[in-house]
Amino acid sequence: MAGLPSRHRSLFLLIGVVLLQVLLLAVQIKRDSQGRLIRVWTVSAVSPVERSGAWGVGKIRDAWRHYFALSDTARQNEQLHRENGELKLEIMQLQGKSAEADRLAALLNFKQKQNKVPMVVARVIGSSADPNSNVLYIDQGQRDGIRKNMGVITPEGVVGKVMEAYRDASQVLVVTDRDSGVGAMIADSRIQSPVGGTGEPLLNMKYVGNDDEVAVGSRVVTSGMDRIFPKDLPVGIITQVKPGGQYKQIRVKPSANLEKLEEVIVLLTTDPVVLKQPASVDSGSAAPTKAPANSAPQPTSTANTAKPSDKRP
Amino acid sequence: MNETYDLRVGESHIEVHKFHGGTILLSLLIAVVLQSSLPVYISKAGILDLPLLITIYFGLSRRNPSTGLLLGTVIGVLQDSLSKTPLGLFGISKTIIGYLASSIGARLDTEHPAARFALTAAFFVLHQGIVILIQKLLLAQPQPWFTMRLLVACLVNATLGVFLYYFLDRFRKS
Repeated sequence: MAGLPSRHRSLFLLIGVVLLQVLLLAVQIKRDSQGRLIRVWTVSAVSPVERSGAWGVGKIRDAWRHYFALSDTARQNEQLHRENGELKLEIMQLQGKSAEADRLAALLNFKQKQNKVPMVVARVIGSSADPNSNVLYIDQGQRDGIRKNMGVITPEGVVGKVMEAYRDASQVLVVTDRDSGVGAMIADSRIQSPVGGTGEPLLNMKYVGNDDEVAVGSRVVTSGMDRIFPKDLPVGIITQVKPGGQYKQIRVKPSANLEKLEEVIVLLTTDPVVLKQPASVDSGSAAPTKAPANSAPQPTSTANTAKPSDKRP
Repeated sequence: MNETYDLRVGESHIEVHKFHGGTILLSLLIAVVLQSSLPVYISKAGILDLPLLITIYFGLSRRNPSTGLLLGTVIGVLQDSLSKTPLGLFGISKTIIGYLASSIGARLDTEHPAARFALTAAFFVLHQGIVILIQKLLLAQPQPWFTMRLLVACLVNATLGVFLYYFLDRFRKS
């Protein structure tokens, strides 16, 4: 290398570095490993920064709200007594926090109702560095009992599953990701079909035959067949149905607000669990399960490696 | 030691820029952290590829292919390790972009905003092309070559690049 002209040296370096990474890719594919050591280092280094960032953003939001509260109060209450102003400020501060309190209360309520299912509430602290994938990072990891392939939900519905658990953080594959999927069924008709991500905000219901009756507005719930999510958890609402070649083209809007996720619940088990159903879901789940002849077998979720034998260590 | 000097290619004189200590490392880390954090608060920010913009900028400015490709490798592997992609997908693509940006930077004057916009757009398209090629050939993951989202992302990233590069110019040693 030393005898080569500088231009050729960099070309050889380019070829070497690219080949090295191709080899790295090949090794990962062959061994089905994902370079865990490098990822652990990076996530361990970045997640404290993200955690601080989340804390800082929260503080800035609060300060922003307080500023408006103060300026608003000053403008409107120039003639009012100091005590009155302080009370108004307090109300504004409470309003600023009420949205977060509502969300946390909903999570707590859900957790209390499902007190037999082990679960943990986690805060979303980051997302994928790859613009083409839908992956989240949460602030709970192996130390909190989280393991690979555990289901991640909100009280509104399915969010995704744990792809990788690190010491203090976990990586979650969101259902809208291209590689994601959930064993699902239509709540009323009990027609089963996996629902998968497309990389866009809407999901695809993949294998519902053209002969099956499907109505726009129908609810889609989990079937429990993927052994990751409990049965009858809301997945979404059907927004579009078109006839396709062999199967209908069905688009599903996720029930959980996946673009504004701040807190999620991780189901701390990879064993099948049964959740207590809210009243609105019971009507759908009372009907007997029907698996249409032309429905495809339920795959476990996508990058879906969960097996019945997968137990928490 | 001179902090800026001239590369003579034919008759043209191209200036090679150096930066204040830690600028490259800090920019790299901030880009990766922001890339991973911003979409949590602003969902549309997922369209940005800040690590790519940083790779292109320092490639074009430093004009040393070896440094450019190694910077691309580091930032690409870091991006991979914060994604669900196998290590090497963004590593390879950003290595090639880093090399090409440095090579082109050594031959052309890339200081004008219009030139920077065009180059960033071209590198964005090439980067996506390499990523999709690797996904198709090595990972057997079929991906569409073109989507409207990619076109929008290309224009948004190229526009942001012009402003970002202008900001980063301030950290050059004069």
